[in-house]
Amino acid sequence: MHLIPCPYCGERPQDEFHYRGDATVKRPAPDAGEQAFYDYVYTRANPRGWHDEWWHHYAGCRQWIKVRRNTLTHVVAASAGPADALPEATP
Amino acid sequence: MPARPKPMTDRYSAWRVLKESFSGNSGWKPAWRKPEPKASYDVIIVGGGGHGLATAHYLASVHGITNVAVVEKGPIGLGNGGRNTTIVRSNYGLPSNTRFYEHSLKLWEGLEQDLNYNVMMSQRGVLNLFHSDSQRDAAARRGNSMRLQGVDAELLDRDGVRAYAPFIELDNPMFPIFGGLMQRRGGTARHDAVIWGFARAADQRGVDIIEHCEVTGIRREGGRVTGVETTRGFIGAKKVGVAVAGNTSRLATMAGLSLPVESHLLQAFVSEAIKPMIGGVVTFGAGHFYISQSDKGGLVFGGDLDGYNSYSQRGNLPVVEHLLGAAVSMIPALSRLRVLRQWAGIMDMTMDSSPFICKTPIDGLYFNGGWCYGGFKATPGSGWCFAHTIARDEPHAFNADLTIDRFRDGRLIDERGAGPNPWAQ
Repeated sequence: MHLIPCPYCGERPQDEFHYRGDATVKRPAPDAGEQAFYDYVYTRANPRGWHDEWWHHYAGCRQWIKVRRNTLTHVVAASAGPADALPEATP
Repeated sequence: MPARPKPMTDRYSAWRVLKESFSGNSGWKPAWRKPEPKASYDVIIVGGGGHGLATAHYLASVHGITNVAVVEKGPIGLGNGGRNTTIVRSNYGLPSNTRFYEHSLKLWEGLEQDLNYNVMMSQRGVLNLFHSDSQRDAAARRGNSMRLQGVDAELLDRDGVRAYAPFIELDNPMFPIFGGLMQRRGGTARHDAVIWGFARAADQRGVDIIEHCEVTGIRREGGRVTGVETTRGFIGAKKVGVAVAGNTSRLATMAGLSLPVESHLLQAFVSEAIKPMIGGVVTFGAGHFYISQSDKGGLVFGGDLDGYNSYSQRGNLPVVEHLLGAAVSMIPALSRLRVLRQWAGIMDMTMDSSPFICKTPIDGLYFNGGWCYGGFKATPGSGWCFAHTIARDEPHAFNADLTIDRFRDGRLIDERGAGPNPWAQ
């Protein structure tokens, strides 16, 4: 069981959350072109290691939060509100 | 160069078993060699799972290309080849999928003769239950689509379900069972035997299976692949085929490519062994659960993804709870059984839940991946189509639609229509 540190509710069990995918993809500008939108919708870095991702605290504060989690070890290193940035780098 | 055994010189047969039993079983040889890598090959297949070994077998047996190496980071068959729930079927609704999986099922039906190996192929049926009028309509539509393409499908009513699987609770108050869609040619096979059978058959035709040899880079010159960097040194190749399941994105990154793929966990379970109870494969339509019984008697079951990106090969408890809940809803008798083992594999989930077997923008580099949680049944078909694509440098009609470009072109094969969210497929 992952324990996810919600910035609003504190550490909560994983089954209060829905996973909502890679938080590093950004919607491109409307005139950014087909390739940019293709990458936005479909292409993922899918790293083996640290991954910034969205989790939706649906059974808690109902906020979408950003979480930095390791996809190999499942260690959760940091979390932030939806408009806040995660720390620059994680060792 | 060491002498290579000729194909099928060491045949397995009932006569051999009898003969060996009188000579202390001293005549059996290892089923495949442990060769050192050569300096270069015509084709290198990255990934010694079912798909990679099947590709090597069909390259040698169908296309006559025997200067082939399969490189594998560990021992063969310890990835998803040894972690699946052994189900074989072709009950898809979309023609691109049906064509491919039906070809694969036909290969399964003759696989033991082709490989001279007992893969314990057992066509005892696959039954998908439905629990409402709308689910029945969807099942009937899928069944009709299958039959129009020459695949067997049969819509069972409640009595049909009761006759096939009397242990199922038909009158669950929340999810009563209305019937099921049955594919009688579906069933199960012994997953490890499939790996060993393909490895042995490929090895006997001269393919080098190189274990404990992890690929660390893909060398290219002028837009063309020239070989792979490995933990055992550089190995040259005219063509490189990648079949590495959950690690497909990592290999793509080595070649400077990005894919519409995320790696996710899928769990599987085995109960303690009991007497014969479940004839074929049954899937619950109201939750995420499916079950069959192995020849040893253990019930083999699984469900849905854990639901977040992971390379860990370790399952998590919320899914265990959900899955066992669904299990007991469908078959109340299971509540008294104990789970013996539980494990997880890494699925290469694509954005439409369908796979790709295709060329890449790099000449001589081919990708086979995106199997989501349906890779096992595809094993012979995937190897057959990948071998064709590599040997001819163009896809066969069976895999022509299974490209990576389909996402760019809007020709998705979205069997479930769940949108570009791999965790929801």
